Amino acid sequence: MALSKADLVEYIFDMVAKAQGKKNIKAMDVQKAVLKEHPDQDKNMIKFGIKELIDTGRCVYTYFGGSYIEIPHEEGAAKKV
Amino acid sequence: MHKTPLLDQLESGPWPSFITDLKRVAGRKKSAADLLGVLERSYKDKITHWKHGGIVGVLGYGSGIIGRYIDIPEEFPGVEHFHTVRVNQPSGWFYTTKALRELCEIWDEHGSSLLNMHGSTGDIIFLGTTTPELEPCFAKLTAKGWDLGGSGSAFRSPSCCVGQARCEWACFDTMEACYELTQHMQFELHRPSYPYKYKLKLSGCPNDCVAAVARADCSVIGVWKDDIRIDQAAVKAYAGGELKPRGGATVYPKLDVKADVTDLCPTYCMSYDGKTLKIDNKNCNHCMHCISLMPQALRPGTETGAAFLLGSHAPILEGAQMSWVIVPFMPMEAPFDELKEIIVNIAEWWSEHGKNRERVGELMLRLGMRAFFQGVGLEPPAQTVRTPRANPFFFWHQEDFDAEAAGRKYIKL
Ligand code: HEM
Ligand code: SF4
Ligand code: SF4
Repeated sequence: MALSKADLVEYIFDMVAKAQGKKNIKAMDVQKAVLKEHPDQDKNMIKFGIKELIDTGRCVYTYFGGSYIEIPHEEGAAKKV
Repeated sequence: MHKTPLLDQLESGPWPSFITDLKRVAGRKKSAADLLGVLERSYKDKITHWKHGGIVGVLGYGSGIIGRYIDIPEEFPGVEHFHTVRVNQPSGWFYTTKALRELCEIWDEHGSSLLNMHGSTGDIIFLGTTTPELEPCFAKLTAKGWDLGGSGSAFRSPSCCVGQARCEWACFDTMEACYELTQHMQFELHRPSYPYKYKLKLSGCPNDCVAAVARADCSVIGVWKDDIRIDQAAVKAYAGGELKPRGGATVYPKLDVKADVTDLCPTYCMSYDGKTLKIDNKNCNHCMHCISLMPQALRPGTETGAAFLLGSHAPILEGAQMSWVIVPFMPMEAPFDELKEIIVNIAEWWSEHGKNRERVGELMLRLGMRAFFQGVGLEPPAQTVRTPRANPFFFWHQEDFDAEAAGRKYIKL
């Protein structure tokens, strides 16, 4: 069964949190994983679920050759200016 | 200031030098001074000292900022962070001087004050700032009506030739189309959700001044369907030397219409007997050669639109590719719904099947044209065929049996 907007956001957040440090996940990986368990989930809602996590700063986009979604963390390459 | 004997040599030639520019800025910006230092160092060490990528950005966006760090910050603290900010350019790169001054003032305050007009994507490239300056810089830009461009696995800022603003050959309004598509793709531009980058460039005619065919996954190139318009009197004037070839932009005083124009037509569809220029328009492939040489005598037809081509990219996973014709002709009127639909459908098919960092052109080759056309729901047109088929095997699918039973016609009139 399709998740509510709020549940979907938490579902995606958990997925990103579990993958943190183990596997780089992309927006499309999120979509595929959600649709696997909830085939009737609206794709647009998944897009906007990710947007909500990004807009609230709970997740961030990162770039390592391709673009990924992660939990904010201290930049490895950066030192505080 | 660092000693830069190797860089100094780059100032010695007759051309303007970016080293001279950097030195001028280095007087008031520590980052520019250290940029010169680290470049000199790289010339000596023969390796780059830059690291790229990471986590930096502005809140809500996954693209537009490209993180840059140096691996020897102890020696060059001024460029410890040196992030790039991509600012989405206006269609056709038209600015008022007021807008340019505003951009420069913002960047002088929040960055190195070095910039690049424009990067290969088309964006205005602000070169070098620190993480804490990103949000304030972004806030000032948006307050003046600017937005960040695309980067990472996102839809990249579309770009176009000047088109109808300055060019009589434009077969559609490139600037309007570029603007429309930029607006339509806002979500994908700021939130990278594709397997890799996805670019769109639009040229008003096959002269392809933005090199869309080689530099954009989605290449939209203006073209006409009817006949090239001929002014026979002007053809004679070119032959007689009263009109200069290419609007006077060559060293030749006079055009030899047969040798320079008709004999060089790639499809041999033109002839000139000294009096009348003839074109067999069915066989013209719209290369623009004749029109570009004799702009006052020849003009594109009036039934205009664009061809959509797909797949060009630089060598990354596979070798380089040029875009391939997918839709030979489509009308191009605002709001460009057909173009929007094609671009979105292709992205969906690619996102579904593409591997990480696989460009859409590579996927099209990997899975084949048949899978591509079926996947995106387009009819395969004859223009996509490079050579007539060389293998005798034809695999029948159920839909072929059904189509035969329904009396399929092979030649569409
Ligand atoms: C009952 C056994 C075999 C059958 C029925 C068979 C059948 C065929 C057929 C129908 C072709 C296509 C010919 C053409 O249209 O050009 C072919 C080509 C070929 N076969 Fe066989 N084959 C058999 C055994 C073998 C064996 C044992 C070898 C090698 C040790 C072999 C090597 C080849 C090669 C190299 C070709 C390509 C020839 C060319 O196109 O120049 N075949 N075979
Ligand atoms: S691509 Fe064609 S229409 Fe656009 S500026 Fe160049 S010549 Fe003119
Ligand atoms: S546009 Fe090119 S192909 Fe067409 S008639 Fe002119 S030279 Fe020939």
